[in-house]
Amino acid sequence: MEIKDIIQSFKDSLFTGLIALALFGPIVGLRTASKGEGLFITPQWGVVFLLVGLCILGRFLINLNSARKTEITFFSKFTSKFSVITEDKAKHFAITAILFAVVFPFLPFTDRYFMDVAIMILTYIMLGWGLNIVVGLAGLLDLGYVAFYAVGAYSYALIATTFGWSFWICLPLAGLFAAFFGILLGFPVLRLRGDYLAIVTLGFGEIIRIILINWYEVTNGPDGITGIPRPSFFGLPFKRSPDEGETSFHLFFNLDYSTMHRIIFLYYLILVLALITNYFTLKIRKLPVGRAWEALREDEIACKSLGVNPTNTKLTAFAIGAMFGGFAGSFFATRQAFISPESFTFIESAIIVAIVVLGGMGSQTGVVLASIFLIGITEMFRDLEQYRMIAFGGAMVLIMVFKPKGILANRKPTILMHGEKK
Amino acid sequence: MEYFIQQLVNGITLGSIYGLIAIGYTMVYGIIGMINFAHGDIFMIGAFVALISFIIFGLTGVALPIILLLVLLIAMLFTACYGWTVEKLAYKPLRGSFRLAPLISALGMSIVLQNYVQVAQGARVKPMQPLISGGLEFFKNSEFIVTVSYLQIFIVILTIILMGIFTYLITKTDLGRAQRACEQDRTMTALLGINVDRTISITFIIGSSLASVAGMMFVLYYGVIDFYIGFLAGIKAFTAAVLGGIGSLPGAMLGGLLIGLIETFWAGYVSLEYKDVAAFSVLIVVLIFFPTGFLGKPDIEKV
Repeated sequence: MEIKDIIQSFKDSLFTGLIALALFGPIVGLRTASKGEGLFITPQWGVVFLLVGLCILGRFLINLNSARKTEITFFSKFTSKFSVITEDKAKHFAITAILFAVVFPFLPFTDRYFMDVAIMILTYIMLGWGLNIVVGLAGLLDLGYVAFYAVGAYSYALIATTFGWSFWICLPLAGLFAAFFGILLGFPVLRLRGDYLAIVTLGFGEIIRIILINWYEVTNGPDGITGIPRPSFFGLPFKRSPDEGETSFHLFFNLDYSTMHRIIFLYYLILVLALITNYFTLKIRKLPVGRAWEALREDEIACKSLGVNPTNTKLTAFAIGAMFGGFAGSFFATRQAFISPESFTFIESAIIVAIVVLGGMGSQTGVVLASIFLIGITEMFRDLEQYRMIAFGGAMVLIMVFKPKGILANRKPTILMHGEKK
Repeated sequence: MEYFIQQLVNGITLGSIYGLIAIGYTMVYGIIGMINFAHGDIFMIGAFVALISFIIFGLTGVALPIILLLVLLIAMLFTACYGWTVEKLAYKPLRGSFRLAPLISALGMSIVLQNYVQVAQGARVKPMQPLISGGLEFFKNSEFIVTVSYLQIFIVILTIILMGIFTYLITKTDLGRAQRACEQDRTMTALLGINVDRTISITFIIGSSLASVAGMMFVLYYGVIDFYIGFLAGIKAFTAAVLGGIGSLPGAMLGGLLIGLIETFWAGYVSLEYKDVAAFSVLIVVLIFFPTGFLGKPDIEKV
């Protein structure tokens, strides 16, 4: 490296610093705060200089080593090695992971907090698997998936509180409702191209939320629905003192009463639901309709000319994805015992999409890894609540820039005409 | 009737704001074929820069027209920096990637910008005292007095001026010619010696500046902003761009006006709670029944 290059890269970093100053100067440097009447400005130049300094330094270092290229190759090498390992041992990994998930509640270090996080991660895994059918297999970017989650949760809550039916009757009903909504919403919009479809589904997600907020008579508006019945163990409720004529779980099995029973039951419930979703997806990929999804994802025009009806095929993907979203929604409702429109904002959709994309669209293992990574890591940094969404969005951008196909890129078609190409 | 005219005036004002944002969407879509999801948040940043400069200049006691002009320029400058940086960081490396990659990257950028402003400026809503007050009153003898505030006049006139400058820029200058050439065929344009990357950057700069003006108008008109305004305004402006025919610049303005009018009339005559549903429903109906919009070119899919 010559001295000229160093001067050049120094100039370049100073320019970066200038831009950074323009970016951070007004927004970070001049914080507005309301005191009494009107707004006042509190300058925070220290933070700005720190940020600008970091930008200059970072840019200079990148220029010096021309680190950018090596960084990219390092990153992709690392992840591709990772995907090779997991591709080869996918089956072992899956079995180990499931076994671990089964024994997890009885491990010595598992406490209430771990169980709650695990249940949350599993819920996202299930949602991710459900959306993977739509995004990963059929290639339709759905930014309003949370709408089906909400429909599932609300229909479960309404049916359960109105008719008092048990979880096992309400669950399929909620799934059906969500699937019905999927067809209803999907039918008109699925003719649209990729990015238009994304925006329209986003619009639907918001419409559903606005309706939930404003339709007081049914949804109780922003206050939400309370007192949603908890699930019972095949008719045995998890109560300390059961009602007349009822036997509760701990009495039936002669155990001491503990709130953990219910948590563990919920954990297994969502585990089973998630595994059903996974099993279903793996099986349906090998059926004609699954093949048609993947074919549509790869080339829509070729599909049309081969006699595949794109709208109907997409509609099935949409409806099935919605159904699993509905199942997850009813699980969410029964776990929380309280739901309100606040739980179903756009950011929720974005998180689920991020999980699918981050994991590598179409990869079932990828969804698991991405959920553990995104939810687990953000859960660890719970105290840094504000910063974690910045990191989250930043991760989405970085992954698209460096590894647009996700951590485990698995867009391999399930079947090839002349066997695997080497 | 008087009520109708009042709604019309309000709708046109709102429509001007949406139209200015919509131009950013339509230009970016025209040139690189992606939906710049973060554009709404660029608008939000423009609003914040405008608010901050209003407070600073409010303390100096300079005359109002000078303040307005200065704030306008400052907001355009700083917001353009954001547009430029976002393009460099999040979209440029993705050219030639698969179709949905830039959209997802834009989604991530939108989340980053929103939360960044939330952290830097706080999550509370920011109120501002009205700067331009008063207005003209019509139909004084009837029950309902129609008021056209000076602020509304200012917004509409400023929009018309900006549209004039902008149309000149696109149709008459070299820059505009280069831009239209990039829209048609990027490879060919590059072969003819035009710096495509720079043209795209400039597109983002222009789009962001116009969005920042819309942000300034929003601050003045509503007098209250928070870090979340970009999401809804962005979706509505996108709807406007689609309604007018995405890729068409006069279409964006027309679409903006229509969305503004539809929203105001819906809020005035049908239901205030569901006014956001109106915008979304329009988006869906338009995309389903005439996806090319009013002034758009039909999109023929080829193998």
